[in-house]
Amino acid sequence: MPRWFYQLASPRWCYQITGKLLPGFAIASILLIVIGTVWGLAFAPPDYQQGNSFRIIYLHVPAAYMAQSIYMTMALAGAIGLIWKMKVADMVAKSCAPIGASLAVLALATGAIWGKPTWGSWWVWDARLTSMLILLFLYLGIIALNSAIESESTAAQSTAVLALVGLVNIPIIKYSVDWWNTLHQPATFKITAKPAMPPDMWIPLLILVIGFYCFFAVTLMMRLRNEIIRRERRASWVRELLMQQRG
Amino acid sequence: MADPLLQVVDLFCERDDRVLFNNLNFSVFPGEILQVEGQNGSGKTTLLRILSGLSRHFEGEILWRGVSVTEQAERFRRELLYFGHNAGVKAVLTPEENLAWYAALDTDIDLQHIPKALNAVGLKGFEDVPCHMLSAGQNRRVSLARLYLSRAPLWILDEPFTAIDKKGVAAKEALLLEHAARGGTVLLTTHHELDLSRHVRRINLDELSGT
Amino acid sequence: MSETKLQPLAELQQIENADYRPGKIFIATLKRELQLALRRRSDLVNPLIFFLMVATLFPLGVSPEPTILATLAPGVVWVAALLSTLLAMDSMFRSDYEDGSLEQILLSPQPLFVVVLGKVLAHWMMTGLPLTLMAPLIAVMLFLPAEGMSGLMLSLLIGTPTLSLVGAIGAALTVGLRKGGVLISLLVLPLYIPVLIFGTAAVEAAVTSLPLAGHLALLGALLALGIALAPIAIAAALRISVSG
Repeated sequence: MPRWFYQLASPRWCYQITGKLLPGFAIASILLIVIGTVWGLAFAPPDYQQGNSFRIIYLHVPAAYMAQSIYMTMALAGAIGLIWKMKVADMVAKSCAPIGASLAVLALATGAIWGKPTWGSWWVWDARLTSMLILLFLYLGIIALNSAIESESTAAQSTAVLALVGLVNIPIIKYSVDWWNTLHQPATFKITAKPAMPPDMWIPLLILVIGFYCFFAVTLMMRLRNEIIRRERRASWVRELLMQQRG
Repeated sequence: MADPLLQVVDLFCERDDRVLFNNLNFSVFPGEILQVEGQNGSGKTTLLRILSGLSRHFEGEILWRGVSVTEQAERFRRELLYFGHNAGVKAVLTPEENLAWYAALDTDIDLQHIPKALNAVGLKGFEDVPCHMLSAGQNRRVSLARLYLSRAPLWILDEPFTAIDKKGVAAKEALLLEHAARGGTVLLTTHHELDLSRHVRRINLDELSGT
Repeated sequence: MSETKLQPLAELQQIENADYRPGKIFIATLKRELQLALRRRSDLVNPLIFFLMVATLFPLGVSPEPTILATLAPGVVWVAALLSTLLAMDSMFRSDYEDGSLEQILLSPQPLFVVVLGKVLAHWMMTGLPLTLMAPLIAVMLFLPAEGMSGLMLSLLIGTPTLSLVGAIGAALTVGLRKGGVLISLLVLPLYIPVLIFGTAAVEAAVTSLPLAGHLALLGALLALGIALAPIAIAAALRISVSG
């Protein structure tokens, strides 16, 4: 195992390095999100079928992407915590869940808002939206399990197992929902079925996706730092840190 | 002196933000009876659960016959008999059926010895009575009958004498001595004053924790 | 003082050359679980009654109209079966946890994987199998066309073991918690969705006389995956729960 791996395992080192990385990611995420949003909402051309209502994808798609990749991050962090008994990985996994759940909610809400002008109703059992709803359920289950178990390390290990079981299941769920969808209703509008998007449309989308990744990194590091401080509150280095900040 | 059977190296355990033990080191040799002492909440049960492999909330190393237990979990379990707070007796099964299940779990147990073991713990005549019709003490005795069946050298007993009457305790103490005499070893916690005190080595968690 | 002697200590040689027969402990587990279940018959019947009651709620809540019920029937039977297995799930490891038997199972040298598989199979024989056998009764009450019956029975037969396997993961994760019951549903229901989808689709295919084999093969694939992976997750979850 390389040296940085062990260094990551030290909460103190992790706290320091995230402290250094945080401002950069924060600036990057603000810049990218502002540029992408302005470009996407004001300058990108309207869709030839959906007009301006398609512009919600600039929020919906990054949120949906993130909800999925955060789940993966969480499961992998949980696995690392489980296998190498690494506390920091447990904390990362725990910090991921609420962020992922909020982004899943955002993806569902933007999907519903997009659905009103496009389908004429707030909710349609579209395959992507349904999968997203189930993903949200998986997140909620993980958060519920984590908060039900009192011992921190047991909670971390249990949620890691559940997250891994969910990770194995996600492709199966996705496949079964897609299959169910084609069985029950012919494909109409898909929220992101754009085979040939002009660059003016997809470049802002790409910028926003990267911006959302940075935003995730920022929130994750902030939560992680809180979690580290909370759990290590009795460690001498945390006390020293507090003294420094006060004095 | 012979090689130690069980070695505990730099054991550290923390529970609910309280350090239960830190830098705990001791060895157990064949033929020894080791009593773990300490106040309520000092971590006696936790220590026994860690040593048996049930609890994994610890740092440090536990060696069995010189090899880390995590590397040979299966073999270690084969040489271990653990008796916990809950007797592990199924209420709807009879004593005989309960022990038959233990025999299935531990292949070293010979089914033919079960009646003899039940006799030894004073449950003769109760073989076919469902355990929910037996008293608390009798239920503990069902589980204690495993001591007569087991061929494992390491016994970890957490409060084995709870709800057992005086005569029963005396018989069990003799049993522990016999086990030690044949080269086995016992780790136990108990609130009872033992008659075999002079044969027992003690470790006191209150003194050792060093916080 | 009793004259009984202890058994001799196991020889080191013997321990090192220990041979395990997974088949033997599997059969022993199955036997024990069935024995336990048969001595507490009320636990056995409750999920079945629940199954019947849930199915009864739909005609009352939706409409007694045969055409409406017939279209709902595949889904209703499957959802009711799913909820009934879930109802029986909490008890899977709980009594073993509470009386200390679970600790002994975890500390035995026998492979936990096999013991767990035996317990799950016994659990299925006590819930999934009776539910499958009872399903035609409910299907008739809900006016499911007779052609759909084969699809219903077969899909339940292949699908419910997967429900038991996945549910056992939830049961193992929550066994250390006092109020595990509701939590299990939260953890497990999303994971049940693929089985529900393929199961109801199989029934619908049977009703419309379409070939069934594809749907059943998908359910079979899920079951195979479940048998291979779920016991690992269950075993890990049990060790974590008991350790906590």
